[in-house]
Amino acid sequence: MRVSVITFPGSNCDRDAQHVFSERGHSARLVWHKDTDLANPDLVILPGGFSYGDYLRCGALTRYSPIVKGVVSFAEKGGMVLGICNGFQILTETGLLPGALMMNKHLQFICRHQYIRVENSDSPFTNGLETGTILDIPIAHKEGNYFIDSEGLKRLKDKGQILFRYCDHTGALADNPNGAIDDIAGIVNTKRNVLGMMPHPERAATDSVISQDGKEIFQAIERFFAANA
Amino acid sequence: MLKAKIFVELKPSVLDPQGKAVTNTLQGMGFSKVTDTRISKYIEIRFDSNDMELCALETENICKSLLANPNTETYHYELEEL
Repeated sequence: MRVSVITFPGSNCDRDAQHVFSERGHSARLVWHKDTDLANPDLVILPGGFSYGDYLRCGALTRYSPIVKGVVSFAEKGGMVLGICNGFQILTETGLLPGALMMNKHLQFICRHQYIRVENSDSPFTNGLETGTILDIPIAHKEGNYFIDSEGLKRLKDKGQILFRYCDHTGALADNPNGAIDDIAGIVNTKRNVLGMMPHPERAATDSVISQDGKEIFQAIERFFAANA
Repeated sequence: MLKAKIFVELKPSVLDPQGKAVTNTLQGMGFSKVTDTRISKYIEIRFDSNDMELCALETENICKSLLANPNTETYHYELEEL
């Protein structure tokens, strides 16, 4: 699989993502935000961090970065895009995903392990994972409070676009870390090729860290490519 | 020269946790009549032009495309001569 990880000024999880994909045997390269060529990827990663200093609103200035135009047209043609944390914020600002990420309800930056529940296995990112599977994936954000109006929320539910919800260790929806509406931790677009999620699977996918559960998501992506190659 | 004075506000339906924290502090300080606080953004933009119509159009486009997020925010502005 060819993976392009975009580096914006202020990105800080780009190398982690590149490392995880390289370690899994894929060709993973970093693409600078001023470039316009995505380098013919199978998958684009918009990594976590604080692109453009999070000035104005998280992801708002990034949206007009030269490479993002390419990412949008790649996604519109069906290309797979995974936005993690700041990447999720960027995806909502570009309009590739609906809604917005607001400041955490309790105003605090949270950095901790978090359980999330797989809500839908009909996507390249969750295929083969049973609905209800509980994953321990770290979160680290101050603006992760997902918001969408009631009509938008209904559309997300009707079309099965909610892939992950925050939960406790039993899978109960009783541990929402940031006030996100309907406990939403990750959503896909209607074409199901663009995923935005606040938790960091790339921080739970190497043998040296406590949780390995991020591997489940990367394995799902690999299964999708193996089946569609 | 014209100056746009732009206000970007959270929609009433959107929770403003910063405003809530400020309300709590104000009430704690003894401002007992305070019931709510909403925090907005105020932005000034200067134009090298005196054409009101053109600058209004530009400001409108700037607000729509960058300064306000239509999912969560509304905006309004005034133009003034410098």
